[in-house]
Amino acid sequence: MVRLGLIGLGKMGVSHLAIMRTHPDAELVAVCDTTRYVIDTLAKYTGVEVYSDYKRMLREKQLDGVVIATPSRFHAEMVRDALEHGVHVFCEKPFCLDPDVGQRLADLARQRGLVNQVGYHYRFVSAFREAKRLIDGGALGRLHHFRAEAYGPVVLRPKNSTWRASKSEGGGCLYDYASHAIDLVNFLLGEPERVGGTVLNTIFSRDVEDEVYATLFLAGGVTGQIAANWSEDSHRKMSTKMSFWGTNGRLTVDRQETQLYVRDPSVASIPLKAGWTMSYTTGLSENQAFYLRGEEYSAQIDHFVRAIASGDTDTVSTFATAVATDRVAAMMKRDAAGLPEPAAASGLVASGSAAVSSPLPPSATLVRPVRAPWPALFRRARALVS
Amino acid sequence: MTMQRILFGDNQFFGVNHMSEEKARAQLMRFESDQAIIDVLDIAYEAGIRVFMCTTHDRIAVICDHVRAHPTRYADFEFYPCMPYAHKYANAVTEHGMFEALKLFLPKEGAIGALMKSGVSVATKDMQGIARLLIDAEMKMFHGLRTPVIWLQNVVTDLLLGSGFNDAFRYFADHVKAKYGAEPGFITMNMPKLLDVLEAQGIENPIICANINKLGFRMCPGIAQYEALIATRRFRPVAMSVLASGAIPPREAIDYVCRQKNIKSIVFGASSRGNIQETKRLIDELSAAA
Ligand SMILES: NC(=O)c1ccc[n+]([C@@H]2O[C@H](COP(=O)([O-])OP(=O)(O)OC[C@H]3O[C@@H](n4cnc5c(N)ncnc54)[C@H](O)[C@@H]3O)[C@@H](O)[C@H]2O)c1
Repeated sequence: MVRLGLIGLGKMGVSHLAIMRTHPDAELVAVCDTTRYVIDTLAKYTGVEVYSDYKRMLREKQLDGVVIATPSRFHAEMVRDALEHGVHVFCEKPFCLDPDVGQRLADLARQRGLVNQVGYHYRFVSAFREAKRLIDGGALGRLHHFRAEAYGPVVLRPKNSTWRASKSEGGGCLYDYASHAIDLVNFLLGEPERVGGTVLNTIFSRDVEDEVYATLFLAGGVTGQIAANWSEDSHRKMSTKMSFWGTNGRLTVDRQETQLYVRDPSVASIPLKAGWTMSYTTGLSENQAFYLRGEEYSAQIDHFVRAIASGDTDTVSTFATAVATDRVAAMMKRDAAGLPEPAAASGLVASGSAAVSSPLPPSATLVRPVRAPWPALFRRARALVS
Repeated sequence: MTMQRILFGDNQFFGVNHMSEEKARAQLMRFESDQAIIDVLDIAYEAGIRVFMCTTHDRIAVICDHVRAHPTRYADFEFYPCMPYAHKYANAVTEHGMFEALKLFLPKEGAIGALMKSGVSVATKDMQGIARLLIDAEMKMFHGLRTPVIWLQNVVTDLLLGSGFNDAFRYFADHVKAKYGAEPGFITMNMPKLLDVLEAQGIENPIICANINKLGFRMCPGIAQYEALIATRRFRPVAMSVLASGAIPPREAIDYVCRQKNIKSIVFGASSRGNIQETKRLIDELSAAA
């Protein structure tokens, strides 16, 4: 049995609670939240052992792993404390807000040989995994353009009193919504080298952006647009969609289905047919030990538990890949503010090879290109999925 | 109480489709008007379907008004309400935080209202009282209508089940029986686990609605466990997602369910006259054959 703890019992935390408690190979040893009525209620009605001080929980409980689901500004400190206790960590997304801090934590986890995972659950959605299989299998030929979109109803009027409305606490559409889309770009194609034309606009909020738009530039001349808007209530819940265009066809994917158009099947290294091929979650998804709101939430916790049990620290969504996502978000913030890229951000390699075939938007020409070691990440992600 | 064999569901009216967001949106557009929903319900009623299994979505209140206004026309029409409409709560929690959201849904007056004023830490000492009030708030729209079965919706069931909040199932069952003279029903994606917990709570021969389909789609932990459970345990299984949002051809899909003799009822949703009549006919035919 893998001994787990959970910090943060808000919206995301209670969902983790249910999934962790029912995992056949894990034991949820204790949970922690600073809100008294939450832990009192849980202790009284579910019998789980509760803490209000996570440091005490880490000291007293001999945990193998911990799941952190507190508001984002707490992530960095809690992750560090857990790692220093030798505890494997699953942290909710976004990871750290500051990519330099995130990078140091990724290094620390690696040095200690600890499993590290971030809750970018779209990497576990069967339709997006199918998209990865198709792209990696060369279905689209040379991929040259993509679009990543995320819409949903989070902020629909000026008044919102939760931490999501506060910039300093990691609120805003960029971290809450766009980060999922960015992470999917990283997962499916690799980390962008540059961003341009970033718009971070407010619609209703006072302190944070409600919509995010940008152009992303990847290696090899691949470009793409990202669009996220969390003030969009024509969607009942968050809806994320990716489209890809290549020399051999196009692919559209969302949580429910993939739609693939292929011109010449012989170009690909996987079996395909010409024309349209659709696949649906009803056929793609696999049953989990316990289901709540979507297979991906259980699948990512199961992945974490298995990684701890096997000692394989190379998870599908590591701190390193999440730092890459934070890094793109940071680039977008600088771009929107008209700030230059820092000459040599820690952990990044400056590169002169960012000449991109497409014409650059004016704001992007100001930006000093910075290149992350994405091909390595990309190769690893490929290896994991295949 | 004998449950009706065929229950008409409402997913198609509210844009729930597990295969395609586009289809879901097209359905949302088609059912913008309340009359469009009523027309489809009338087709189902004419085809001999007597039960509407529906979420406590605000728009259902209009359907309730319509049925109340035509008592002779809908003489033997029954509602099996599913509560709560979870998105309403989830969105409120996102916007206001957990405590403020709870306040929004609870009556301001009365004992709990007073408790909430003194703070949530006091109020949560009486979860049973809070549960009763939440159920009553959801049931208001069905006033004067027949609701012989009242369901607990699956996200809530499974959240309670997973977190080990097992008493909540008894609170629900007790209140639904005592105040509405109804049978409690539980919708879940985790049928085997839920049955064990309900039995342990003393809820006998429970009504459990879950995905039951030939594909094994969302039958956790697996289709084999479901088949064994249905064949051997004492409970009243109700099959939903029988067609897996259209992934299985209708005859094959319904045949699979009808062969499992202990399944009491089948929920299906459809929006065209042809599909409704055809599905009803198939269920009648294959139920008789089995
Ligand atoms: N993967 C996703 O799609 C997804 C969805 C929602 C939230 N999240 C992420 O999950 C995290 C939590 O979000 P949420 O919506 O659940 O927030 P929330 O506000 O609903 O819950 C946060 C909880 O953390 C508790 N908390 C705060 N400080 C604490 C401390 N020092 N020690 C222990 N507990 C503390 C609060 O009392 C609260 O119960 C965020 O990082 C968010 O970005 C991810």
